[in-house]
Amino acid sequence: MLAKRIIPCLDIKEGRVVKGVNFLGLRDAGDPIELAKKYNEQSADELVFLDITATNEQRETVLELASRLARELFIPFTIGGGISTKEQIHALVTAGADKVSINTSALKRPELISEGAAQFGSQCIVVAIDVKQTRPGTWHVFTHAGTRDTGINALDWALEAEARGAGEILLTSMDRDGAQKGFDLEITRQMSEALHIPLIASGGAGDLDSFSDAVTLGKADAVLAASVFHYGTFTIRQVKEHMAAKGICVRL
Amino acid sequence: MIGIINYRAGNLQNLKNALDFLGADSEILDHPSQLAGHNKLILPGVGAFGPAMENLRSFGFVEVIKAEVAKGTPLLGICLGMQLLFTKSFEDGEHEGLGLIPGEVIRFTHQELKIPQTGWNHATFADPGDPLLKGVRPEPWFYFVHSYACHPADPANQLGETDYGDCFCSIAKRGKVYGVQFHPEKSQADGLAILKNFIDLVA
Repeated sequence: MLAKRIIPCLDIKEGRVVKGVNFLGLRDAGDPIELAKKYNEQSADELVFLDITATNEQRETVLELASRLARELFIPFTIGGGISTKEQIHALVTAGADKVSINTSALKRPELISEGAAQFGSQCIVVAIDVKQTRPGTWHVFTHAGTRDTGINALDWALEAEARGAGEILLTSMDRDGAQKGFDLEITRQMSEALHIPLIASGGAGDLDSFSDAVTLGKADAVLAASVFHYGTFTIRQVKEHMAAKGICVRL
Repeated sequence: MIGIINYRAGNLQNLKNALDFLGADSEILDHPSQLAGHNKLILPGVGAFGPAMENLRSFGFVEVIKAEVAKGTPLLGICLGMQLLFTKSFEDGEHEGLGLIPGEVIRFTHQELKIPQTGWNHATFADPGDPLLKGVRPEPWFYFVHSYACHPADPANQLGETDYGDCFCSIAKRGKVYGVQFHPEKSQADGLAILKNFIDLVA
């Protein structure tokens, strides 16, 4: 049986791992390679790196990071942050990234999804969608770290991304991100049930039940978290053992 | 020296990285004339079956691969590379494969399942004593990403099976031709153990 995945996310800024609350107030959380190795030993199923200050100079840093990770760790990893062209995807894949995550650039030019999927395979293209609940029962896609409402319905956009060839959707609730009070189970479940491709739930990992709830109630195929792992609230193994005790298939 | 066949279907560096890590000499082969002289070959690949087969044909790899297999050179197909070993695939129409293992490649049919199957799953071994599997722990985890799966015509060619709604062949074997549906180069210790066994296989 396919295991539900636990994916630590490492936000990278100038070569260091950082994580803030609601995308503000960034705190330093360590060296990316060291953390990646630690998570690997704790049986992380994949790793996601989001380059949150993706300027041209730092893009080189991310390529070096991808290349080093690919030589030292033998699990899948995704790199995202500021990717807007096929050439950038090509550079990251060549450096060793298994997948890339695209967000705002896919909203600006949805063809990037189809072009990327055609050239690198759907499995390579993760579409990240940041959402906020705008009124009861309605979620919109937000950009600019959750400050700008695109007016686009989150479910519609997820289905379009799937139709264009996305291999997975990374759904982040900007209402919940960094708050450690649990995932937005309602939009997670609605989106996962609407999609045929896997959904990764993100934003709100808090106590151990929040992880199992994301899978059992939110129907997520994978759960992504940052702070609770970086600051040692739980190890990935503790989360997985909790999920296993709840009858969820995990890789231990 | 292990030859990695490069027919322009995906990134080969991660496979090369894993072989380097295991201390095996390997080389990425861009041209069919380079295949001879390698004591083992790997056929990797991601993407769609039809275009991949078309690339293999247009670069002139098909006949050379078949000739090497006929000589007894061990061949390992990975992911799409495994599927290409079979007789035919029904991905976007109907496409003829290399025909090295009789059988078909068909899409997952279960309605409730997410496609592609993405993530870690087990494989159970028909013959744990096979040289490719020796020393691999009984309930190994492997990393899969695929929407289509192999179904050998002869059950004897099914060395490992995996359950995703229905059971499919995740490890195939016919003579010295092996195929694995998962990515051993991305499956940590269990995957590296499989690659190590292939490296150590007596040609």
